[in-house]
Amino acid sequence: MTVSLVLVIVMSAMYACAVYLLLERSLTRVLLGFLLAGNATNLLILIMVGEAGVAPIFDESIEASEYTDPLPQALILTAIVITFAVSSFLLALIYRSWRLANADDVSDDADDLALRGGAVLIAAEETLPESSTTDFPLEGEESR
Amino acid sequence: MTALVPLVVLVPLLGAALTLVAGRRPQPQRVIAIGALVIELVIGIVLLIHVDQVEPLVMEVGGWQAPFGIVLVVDRLAALMIVVSAIVLLAVLVFSVGQGLADGDEETPVSIYNPTYLILTTGVMIAFIAGDLFNLYVGFEILLVSSYVLITLGGTESRIRAGVTYVVVSLLSSLLFLASIAMIYGALGTVTIAQIAQRIGEIPVDVQILLHVMLLVAFGIKAAVFPLSFWLPDSYPTAPAPVTAAFAGLLTKIGVYAIIRVETVIFPGPELNPALMVLALLTMVVGALGAVAQADIKRILSFTLVSHIGYMILGVALGTVEGTAAAIFYIVHHIVVQTTLFLAAGLIEREAGSTSITRIGGLLASAPLVAALFFIPALNLGGIPPFSGFLGKLGLFQAAAQQGDALAYALIGAGALVSLLTLYALVRVWNLAFWRSADAVEGDESRLLRSVEEAPLNTSTVSGARTTPRLMTLSTAGMVAVGLALTVFAGPVYGVASRAGENLDGPGAYIQLVFPGSSEGAELE
Repeated sequence: MTVSLVLVIVMSAMYACAVYLLLERSLTRVLLGFLLAGNATNLLILIMVGEAGVAPIFDESIEASEYTDPLPQALILTAIVITFAVSSFLLALIYRSWRLANADDVSDDADDLALRGGAVLIAAEETLPESSTTDFPLEGEESR
Repeated sequence: MTALVPLVVLVPLLGAALTLVAGRRPQPQRVIAIGALVIELVIGIVLLIHVDQVEPLVMEVGGWQAPFGIVLVVDRLAALMIVVSAIVLLAVLVFSVGQGLADGDEETPVSIYNPTYLILTTGVMIAFIAGDLFNLYVGFEILLVSSYVLITLGGTESRIRAGVTYVVVSLLSSLLFLASIAMIYGALGTVTIAQIAQRIGEIPVDVQILLHVMLLVAFGIKAAVFPLSFWLPDSYPTAPAPVTAAFAGLLTKIGVYAIIRVETVIFPGPELNPALMVLALLTMVVGALGAVAQADIKRILSFTLVSHIGYMILGVALGTVEGTAAAIFYIVHHIVVQTTLFLAAGLIEREAGSTSITRIGGLLASAPLVAALFFIPALNLGGIPPFSGFLGKLGLFQAAAQQGDALAYALIGAGALVSLLTLYALVRVWNLAFWRSADAVEGDESRLLRSVEEAPLNTSTVSGARTTPRLMTLSTAGMVAVGLALTVFAGPVYGVASRAGENLDGPGAYIQLVFPGSSEGAELE
C-alpha cells in the first residue's frame, strides 16, 4: 500500500501536540488536545485509503482499481459527527466547571489525597487558578 | 424471527423519541420508558430461547450482503447478554422512578433522565449485536455519550469533577478504538468481524499482535482492567445511586464482552494469553486491596467491581471452551449482583443519610429489610456457597486447573484470596453500618476502621434520613430475587453459557454464521 508521506507527517505532528495538550491540567487545553487527536485519527483513517484515485462514481470506462476507496471517507464522516457532539458536551462541562469552581482544571480526588497523606486535613478552599494555567479571564482581570 | 433482531435496537430508540415528545410530563414518560424496557426484555427472552434451541440469527441490514452491508449477529452470547441487560436496566429504571417520585425530581431532572437512559440502552444493545467493528464503535459512542450526560446529571460540583475524569478517559479509549479500526482496515481491507477473522492469518504475526494489543487496550480501559482501571473508583461513586448501579452492572461488562469477541473470534491465537492472565491476577488483587482501604460503601463497591473484572479476564485468558463458558456465566452473575449491591447502597444512603461506614450504624435495627437486601448479594459477591458467585468461581477455577500450569494455579490461589478480601470488605460494612448500634458511632475506635482513610470533607455528609419509597425497595428486592434465581437455576443458565462458549471455540462457527457455506470458515474450524 502506498501512502502519502505528507499526510503521515501531519498526522504524527497532530498526535504529538494532542498528547502534550491532553496532559495539561487546564480543561480547555484538554479539549483542544482531544480535537487534535480526533482529527489526527480521522487523518489516519484517510491514510488507510492508500493511493488516491478518481472519485468513486461509477463509470464503465474506468477500471475498478482506479477509484478511491470510499468506505474510509464514510467512516470519517461518522467519526467527525461523533467528535463534534462530544466536544460540544465537553465545552458545556468546562463552562459548568468554571461557573461552579471558578477553575477549569482537572482537580484531585479528595479521597485519593486523604489516602496518600494519611488523614491530613485538606481544606477544600475556593481557589483562583493561576493566570498561567487557565485560559479564562480571571475575576478582576476583566476590568484591567 | 430475524425481524426481532433490529427491534432490539429500535424499541429503546423509539421509546427515547416518545419520551422526548412527552417532554415535561413525567407520568407518560415513566410509562413509556418502563414499557419500552418491558418489551425489550420480552424480545430478549424470545431471542434467547430461539437462538439457544433453534439457530443463531443473522440480519443483513437493508438487504446488503455481509461484507458490503452491515450485519447484526445474535448468537447465544449476545442473546444472553441482551436478556440480562434488559432485566438490570428495567430494575434500575423502576428504582429511579421510585426515587424520583419521592424526591419531587429535585436531584434527577426527569425530562432528560428517561430519554438519555433509553438511548444508553440503545447503545448497549447495538454493542451486543454489532457484526462489524465500526458498528461496535458507534454502539460504544452512543452508550458513552448518554453515560456522560447521566454521570454529570444535575451538574453539581462533585459530579462535574468526577465526570471530567470519566469523560476524558472514555474519549481517549474511543479514539484508540477508532485508530485500531483504521489500522485493521488498512491491513485487512474490511471492518466486518467475520471477514477480519477470515483474513487475519494472511498478515504478518507482528502486525497481528500490534492490532491485538491496540484493541485490548481500548477495551481494557472500558472494562477497567488493571492498570487501566484507575478512573472507575473516582468517577462512579458521585453519580446518582441508580445511575451508578446501571453503570457498574453493565458498562464495564460491555468492555469484557468486546474482549471475549476479540479473543475468540478475531485473534483466537494464544500469543497474549499469559499476559492477560498476569493482568487478570493484578486486577483481582489490586482492586480487592483498594476495597479494603475505603470507608465509603459506594467506593468499596467500585473497587470490588474492578477486582471482579479480573475473574472474567481470567476465564477469557485461559483460551479454552470451559474458560470462556465460565467467564460468560460469571459476567451474568456479576451484572446482577453488582447492580443489586449498588441499589442496596442507594437504599442505605436514604435510610442513614450517608454511605460512609465511619458515620453510620444501627441499620439492622432501624431498617431490617435493607439489611437483608444488602446481606444476601454481599455473600453472593464474596462467593459463599451455594450462591451463584460460588458456582461461577468454581467453574473458573476448574477451567484454570485443567490448564494446569504454574500461572493457572497462581491465579486460582489469587482468586480464592480475593474472594476472602471481598468478603472482608463487605462484612466490615455489615459490622459497622448494620450491627454497630447507632449510639456507638460517635467517637468509635473500632479496629475495623484503622486501615481506612477518607477525605474529611466528604461530599456524602450525613444529610438526615429520608423515607424510602416502596418502589425502590421493591426493585432492589426484585434484583435480589433474580440473583437467587441465578443460584437456583444455575444449571440451565450455565448450560446456555457452556453452549455459548462452544460456539466461540475458534472463529469457525462465527464465520459460518455470517458467510453460510464459506469454505474458509470450515477450514479454520
